[in-house]
Formats: sequence, C-alpha cells, structure tokens
Amino acid sequence: MHLCQRCVSLLLSRPLSAALQPSTRTLQQRSHHVLLQLSRGQPPVHSLTQRHGRETWTSFGRRNLTDHQAASSELYNNKTDLAQREVGKHVVPLENSNVHQISSQASLSDIGLDAVVRPSPLQEISEEEAVQIQVPSALPPDSFTLRPYVDKSETLSKLVQLGVNLWELERRPNVGSMLVRLDFHADVAPKLLFLKDLGVEESKLGTLLTKNPFILTESLDNLEARVSYLKTKKFSQESVAAMVSKAPYLLNFSVERLDNRLGFFQQHLGLSAEKTRNVVTRLPRLLCGSLEPIKENLKVCELEFGFRGNEIQHIVTTVPKVLIANKRKLTQIFDFVHNTMDVPHSLIAKFPQVLNAKFLRIRERHLFLEYLGRAQYQPSQPNYISLDRLVFLPDDVFCSEVALATLEDFERFQKTL
Amino acid sequence: MTTQAVRLFRRMDGLLAVYKPQGVHWKLVRDTIETNLLKELNSCPPPAPQLAVQFQLLSSGENNGSKDLILSPSMLPTLADHPLVTGPQFHKVHVGVGHRLDAFSSGVLVLGVGKGNGVLEHLCKSHVTRDYTLEGEFGKATDNFSHTSRVIEKTTYDHVTQDKLERVLAMIQGANQKALITYSQVDLSTQEAYELAARGLLYPHGKSPPILTGLRCIHFNPPHFTLEVQCVNETQKYLRKLIHEVGLELRTSAVCSGVRRTRDGPFKVEHALTRQHWTADSIIQAIAHFRKTTRKIRKSGMYRQTAGQLNSSAKIQEQITSQTGQSEQTGQEHVQLTSPTSDIIVEKVTPGTLGEREVK
Repeated sequence: MHLCQRCVSLLLSRPLSAALQPSTRTLQQRSHHVLLQLSRGQPPVHSLTQRHGRETWTSFGRRNLTDHQAASSELYNNKTDLAQREVGKHVVPLENSNVHQISSQASLSDIGLDAVVRPSPLQEISEEEAVQIQVPSALPPDSFTLRPYVDKSETLSKLVQLGVNLWELERRPNVGSMLVRLDFHADVAPKLLFLKDLGVEESKLGTLLTKNPFILTESLDNLEARVSYLKTKKFSQESVAAMVSKAPYLLNFSVERLDNRLGFFQQHLGLSAEKTRNVVTRLPRLLCGSLEPIKENLKVCELEFGFRGNEIQHIVTTVPKVLIANKRKLTQIFDFVHNTMDVPHSLIAKFPQVLNAKFLRIRERHLFLEYLGRAQYQPSQPNYISLDRLVFLPDDVFCSEVALATLEDFERFQKTL
Repeated sequence: MTTQAVRLFRRMDGLLAVYKPQGVHWKLVRDTIETNLLKELNSCPPPAPQLAVQFQLLSSGENNGSKDLILSPSMLPTLADHPLVTGPQFHKVHVGVGHRLDAFSSGVLVLGVGKGNGVLEHLCKSHVTRDYTLEGEFGKATDNFSHTSRVIEKTTYDHVTQDKLERVLAMIQGANQKALITYSQVDLSTQEAYELAARGLLYPHGKSPPILTGLRCIHFNPPHFTLEVQCVNETQKYLRKLIHEVGLELRTSAVCSGVRRTRDGPFKVEHALTRQHWTADSIIQAIAHFRKTTRKIRKSGMYRQTAGQLNSSAKIQEQITSQTGQSEQTGQEHVQLTSPTSDIIVEKVTPGTLGEREVK
C-alpha cells in the first residue's frame, strides 16, 4: 500500500506538469523512445515523437473549428498523454502510462482519494466545458507501416494521389518517419511546383519521388543553384527536365560534384562539349555514381579489348551504358564476339549495341546460325548478317528473316545446347 | 468471394520441367520463374478498398446561396487500402527445385510450384533415374574435368578407335552393374532376385555412390565423342570425371565439353520450357500438362510411406520397383530406355492386388 501511495503521488504531480507545459516529455514518450532505440535493427518504425508544433492533422471529433491554433496545441497535448485518458474529465487526468506498472487492480477509490472528483457521464455540463473536452487521437505513436497515418495526414494523402509508392518508401530506414513529419504547404508544395516549373511531367513525379524522397528535404536554394549551374553549362530546359526524371538523385548532388564529373567526362573521353552534353543527357546516372568503375571500364576497353581512342569515343557516344556496365559481363560478351564469332574490332566498334545485349541471346543465335551454315559476319561476303540485326530483332523476325527457319526449329535447337 | 488473383494463385500448384541454359545458376532460374509468377499475380486488380465515413468541408447547398462551408459526412474509400500504400497482394510463391544442375550443365530441371513442392519431395525420394548426354574431347586434361578451365596435360589420341572405346564402356558398365547388385541388397542366388535383375528392376537402397544403369556411345568422331548415360544418385562433376576416366582407360586424356540432362524421371526434354516461355501463362499450361504425372508421383509416394509403416522388406522392394522403376536395360535398346516410368506400372499395382500378393 505504501508503494501505491507513493506512486499515486507521483501520478498526481506528473500529469499536472505535463498539462501545463506542452513541450514536456512524459515517461510514456521516453519509454517509446527507448523502444525505438532498441528496435533499430528491426523494420523501420515510424514515430510521431519529436514533432514540431505545427499542426497538419485534420482534427477529428473537434467541435471547435475556429480556433485552429488552440486546437493544434491541445491535440499535441493529447499525444503526450495518449493512453487511458477518461473522456469527459476536464480536471487533471489521473491515469498515465505509469498505471500499467502499478497493479491496475488497485483502483483509486480503494485508496480513498477524496481530492479527485469524478462526474458521472450523465451529468449535464455547460457549453464551455463541453468545448474543452479533449478526445485523444486514435493514431498510434509508432507503427511499422504508414497505413494508419495516410488518411489523417495531408502530406501522405497528397503523395499517394501523386502516385508515390509509400509501401516501397516505408521499407527504407527513416524515410517513413521523415515523410510523416513533413508539412505539405511549407516543405512539399514548393518543391513540387519547382519540379513542375522545371518541366518534369506530372505523371513522372510519382516515380521520381519514390526513387528519391530526399528531394523534398533539400533546400530550394540549393536546387535552384544546381539547375542554374546546369543551364550555364548550356543544358537546355528540356534536357535538364529529362535528366532529373531519369536520375532522380541528380539535384541532391552539390555543384562542385557535378562540375567535377562533367569535367572528367570531357577530359578523359576527349569529346566535344556538345557530345558530352548529349551523352550525359541520355545517361544522367553517369553524374550520380562514383567515377572509379567508369575509369576501370575505360581501361578495360583500351587495354583488354584493344580498342583505339576514336573507337572508344564512338562506342561511348552510341552506347553510353558501356561505361557503367558490369566488367565481367562486358568481357564475356566481347570474348565471345571477337574470339568465337571472329568479328574484328572495327565491326564491333561500328555496332556497339552488341556489347549491351544479353550474352545468352548472342550465344544461342550465333550457334543456331552456325548450325545452319549462315554465320556470315563479314560485310564483304554475300549473305552478310550485321551484328545489330543479330541482336536486336525479336525471335520470330530473326528466325524468319535472318536464319530462314521456323521458331520451333530454333526452340528445338536451344534444347540441344 | 475469391478475387481473380486468388483464383490464379490456386492454379499455380504442381510440377513442371524447365530447360536450364548453360552458364546459368539454377537459383537464377528459380528466381526468374518466381518473379514472373508474382508479376502476373500482382497485375490482377486489387480488392475494392473499404469505405469509411469522412467529414469534409463542402459548400452548403443552393438554399443559402452563400459560400458557407459545413462539415458533411460522406462515404469515401480509405487511402489506407490503396495499392501504393498496402503494397503488392502477393509477396512470395513457393517454387522449389528438384534434382539440381550446376552452372556448367544444361538440361531438364524439375520445379515444383505451391503444393507441388510436397510431390517434389516424393520425386526426390523415389528412385527415378536421369538421362544425360555427355560430350567429350580427347587429347586434353584439365583440373576440373571441363574444357574451359586450365589445361594440365596434353596427349595424343590417334590410337583410339570406336572398338576400344566400346570395350572400355562395357568394362565400366560391368563394374556399375556389380555395384548396383551390391547396393540393392539383394541375394542374387534367389529366384526373386534373378527375376528382378532380368527385368532390370534393381535399384540401390538408401545411400549409395553414383551408379550408372546405362552407358553407351552415340557419336564417335575423334577427338570428339558423345556418351549417353542413365544414372542414379549422380552429380554432374562425377559425370565429367567419368569422361576423364574413360580417357585414362584408353591411355589418353579427355575433357568434358558438355553435360546435358535429357530426362529426369518422367520429365523429358520435349516438354521442358525454354527461356522465352518462362512466362506465367506457359508455366500454368506446363503445370496442367504434367498434372497426371504429378498425381502418379504423389500416389506412389503415399504408397511408399504406408508400405514403410507396414515394414516388410520384400513388399517394399516389389512396390517401389514397380511404381518408380523403368524398364531399365543395360544400355542396349535405345527405345526402351526412354519409355515412360510410372505410367503403365502403377496402374497394375492397386491395393487389391497387393492384398493378393500378401495372401500368397
């Protein structure tokens, strides 16, 4: 009993302070925070703690619509004392989350506190008192998914209507909490308008935000600075819009980094400014990733494959993907095409699309043609088959036009490989 | 009320055979099939979202004429049920792999989808044999018996003739037959055992090393030659080693340039799906095509389990050999080797006849 009295006195003192100072953290908040820290290695938990005072929630069960600010602060108060607050009690709330630590069987009436007045629910109260009734929000303080928050949060609803895949985003660590805490009118709307002014299509905004939600936390000045930098490098408006759609992380990189990358491409590849711009517009991912794999790929082309400088330039301008392709797969394809199919360097440089194709496809088609006796890759000889036709035609067209056989024959041949 | 997606999911239950291309890990094949099935399932329309009462600030009707906004309730679909918030309907389809094939080999790979995985277990425990085509090349020896790795030794092979090769193959066959008899734990001096052996219904019990039940040379064109093998309990590395040993027996060396599985139990290469057909429609068609075979494998598996409980060794032997054994010849007649396995024979063994044999 002594213990209970001590805890009850704790109870009485605590909620008073909490009610008077909205920014005080109660023990409940702290316990939730501890739980969050403990569960860091587990699926991300989206929490509402550490919110700033601004209210973006549509208030439910609120009869007072005029005083929005007051409503917001009261609602925030509600969340600090979320558990077990009796409705209809406008006096200091007695129960807090600490209750569950004490035996719940020990009700207050047993202890005999006359200081607490509990009005019956059937008692009539005045309008002012009715207005002050605070209904705790039904939102959980933390959850594993964004589902409980979507309907209540303006930001999240608008994002879903735009087409942002919240399910994918909530699996990434901390992204869900970040999205929940964003304010639509202050943070999200200006960035969306900025992207729209840039020229990004509305249908692509959803995928862009799904891949890069951090564009919403980047400051608008930085974004505008980077776009103006790209424009000084003579990228047209449409090309900047296309680049941002294809590489959503582009505008999160600093101006120095973009400058560094562009300088590298112009210098190492030896291309003119116009061609560099063309390559970068078609594959803006070059500006986003690290330069080391690109340098390695260039070395591989030069030393292992034996291409000359101008051939490499032509390959890169035709198929920029060669720069970020997997080294092992690239080597496998080149080895097969050059050594097994006996295609010289000049022809491969003329049709670099073959380096971008799937190895199995090239291998099966070449072996089929060889079996039929039609594997002729020299332009000077009759019945010449160009490499791009070998690789790019769909199966039925390839069989009918190039191999002059039926699709069933090709499948039967595939089963003998 | 089942949705379209659920109905489609229930059709994905059974076994199918897939042709694994060379150079591809079997896990990639399994993952591709699972991804394609999931793509088809998740493209079905999602269930209708739940409706919830929401209060919205709508302008009051034409009565007042003024722009008063009042809270009015309406039933709207909750965004919490939107597919972008809930995620895809299906996250996983159970796709299991039967007898695995390593990356260097190609050929028939049996996969089980959904409830077919249980039947896959029965197939793996049963003693079905597998058919391989091995391509070999005389004159080289490498460190892992395949033609792509580092060459250790080079030899001449002019002295090798088809006759010599056949003799070596016969010797290997003989050794394997002896092993088969030993591991089948059968006393060959009994009449029963003799009859089984004559019909070719012996098979190894329990754990055994790889045993070749059939071996012959299909093609001989030095330095290249092709062998056809039927085996039990094998690994593809063992088969490449076999080529190497054939070379050694012929006083030369040989490497394996291709291992191709043409049959895995009742699943043959004619009905295996090639890469272009790894889509959900073709997979479901293939599952439907193999439904009878699947049923027979399941039944024979159940018989084996109940027979195991009855615990009579002679009965087990007879049941299982008749259910899963094929008319195995020692490699002479080509046609009979590729005949279907459990189709004809299971139908003869019914619980009725079982009872008869018991009485005898």
